Amino acid sequence: MSLLRILAARTTGQAISTFARFITAPRALWQGIEPVPHQRVYFANHTSNGDFVLLWTALPTPLRRQTRPVAALDYWLTSPLRAFIGREVFNAVLIDRRPEARTEDPVAQMTAALDQGSSLIIFPEGQRNSSEADLLPFKSGLYHLAKARPQVDLVPVWIANLNRVMPKGEVIPVPLICTLTFGAPIHVDPDEPKDAFLARATEALLALKAPA
Amino acid sequence: MTSPHLLWLLAGVGGILVLASIVGEILRTRLSPAGENPVIENLNARINAWWVMVICLALAFIAGKPGVVLLFALCSFAALREFLTLTTHNRADHWSLVACFFLILPLQYWFLATDWYGMYSIFIPVYAFLLLPVVSALRGSTKDFLIRVSETQWALMICVYCASHVPALLYLQIPGFEGRNVILIAYLIFVVQLSDVLQYVWGKLLGRTKVAPNLSPSKTWEGLVGGTLSATAIGTALYWMTPFTPVQAAGMCLLITLMGFFGGLVMSAIKRDRGIKDWGHLIAGHGGFLDRLDSVIFAAPIFFHVTRWVWSTT
Repeated sequence: MSLLRILAARTTGQAISTFARFITAPRALWQGIEPVPHQRVYFANHTSNGDFVLLWTALPTPLRRQTRPVAALDYWLTSPLRAFIGREVFNAVLIDRRPEARTEDPVAQMTAALDQGSSLIIFPEGQRNSSEADLLPFKSGLYHLAKARPQVDLVPVWIANLNRVMPKGEVIPVPLICTLTFGAPIHVDPDEPKDAFLARATEALLALKAPA
Repeated sequence: MTSPHLLWLLAGVGGILVLASIVGEILRTRLSPAGENPVIENLNARINAWWVMVICLALAFIAGKPGVVLLFALCSFAALREFLTLTTHNRADHWSLVACFFLILPLQYWFLATDWYGMYSIFIPVYAFLLLPVVSALRGSTKDFLIRVSETQWALMICVYCASHVPALLYLQIPGFEGRNVILIAYLIFVVQLSDVLQYVWGKLLGRTKVAPNLSPSKTWEGLVGGTLSATAIGTALYWMTPFTPVQAAGMCLLITLMGFFGGLVMSAIKRDRGIKDWGHLIAGHGGFLDRLDSVIFAAPIFFHVTRWVWSTT
């Protein structure tokens, strides 16, 4: 990557972040964990395309530098601009949601990123939730990732209000204050079954919904 | 747009803040060396935020009319963002909310900056009031319709319409007071905020009888009477920088400190209903923009109209 592209990526990242602050004045509540640079997997509810931008923006700079969002390759590689933003601005781990089309295993990709020292942002619902329910059923990726690297902290993050800022299908965001609540980390127990773990993770995330 | 009187007032406020910062540091050293006393920590956070607010206001005054209009447009934006975060709306209101922020707010301040009194004094109460519900209605959702449109209108009235009456003071034409209108803004904000601070101080020292126990535990009769009277006394002593005689200044101070108190009361009722303590988090120690501006927002339109009615030729 040329110096110019790196500079362009940095500037674009800063601009997107500033815009997100202007619109949502994000407030980070660190309830169960401190904002210190430990390796973590942040898992959050997913109601808007702006979710990872906001989570990324809410992290203090040293944490933000080492944190990579996990995003859908089938969305982010559809145009050169999206590809630039996804790959170079946010340094996303791009995974393919279509099992029949993919050449790489998503869990292996995420594990590789963790092994390089990065923290991750993931949305275990696997798609944007535009239903009335608080959360869609979690996909199994979070469980497999937890199994693969059991020592890494899995931090639940509830993102409130962003679905009202930018409902699915709207183009212009409405400025409203968004709150991000970071909860206590969870880990998978050695012989915990998949469904029990995913239920516990869902529970941990939902518990952050009511503001303290 | 600076005048010697404005510099005196700013120097006085600077002096008060230096004193407050020293007292805050002494209290911290004595009572909260490791940050364990939340009241002292909050007091110091409030004083530090006051420094930032006073510096922003002073910079806007130096920049002149555009600076003051821009500063209050930004305050309106932040206040509206806090208010609409708590109101009832659904997906059908998306475009009317977008219009509030990106059309009505800029237009109101544009009419103000172009000194079009006939427009900015009715734009939100008439045009926005009638047209905004149409935007929501066209999207077809009737659920809670009246609640949704009323709360949105209320948000606009408070955060944009009323707040814009602070910079509107710059456009009054008072014979013998030309070029010094910025003093009216500084005076209004100084007296109302001083009253807030003194109500807090008197309330902490002597407060026993709550004015409205259901609304706010910190508003007491002792604080109200002590705060408004002492702020009125100080405001009256500064009559020489205003277009008012001492008696008129006392009346105006009483009016705006009472309106300021009512503002705090009404906005507390809304907060209490929505189950929150502060409107926002952007002003450390104080809460949100609305927590700091509620009293000024209620006092400004009345101060503007009385001044315009009695003293202005426009």
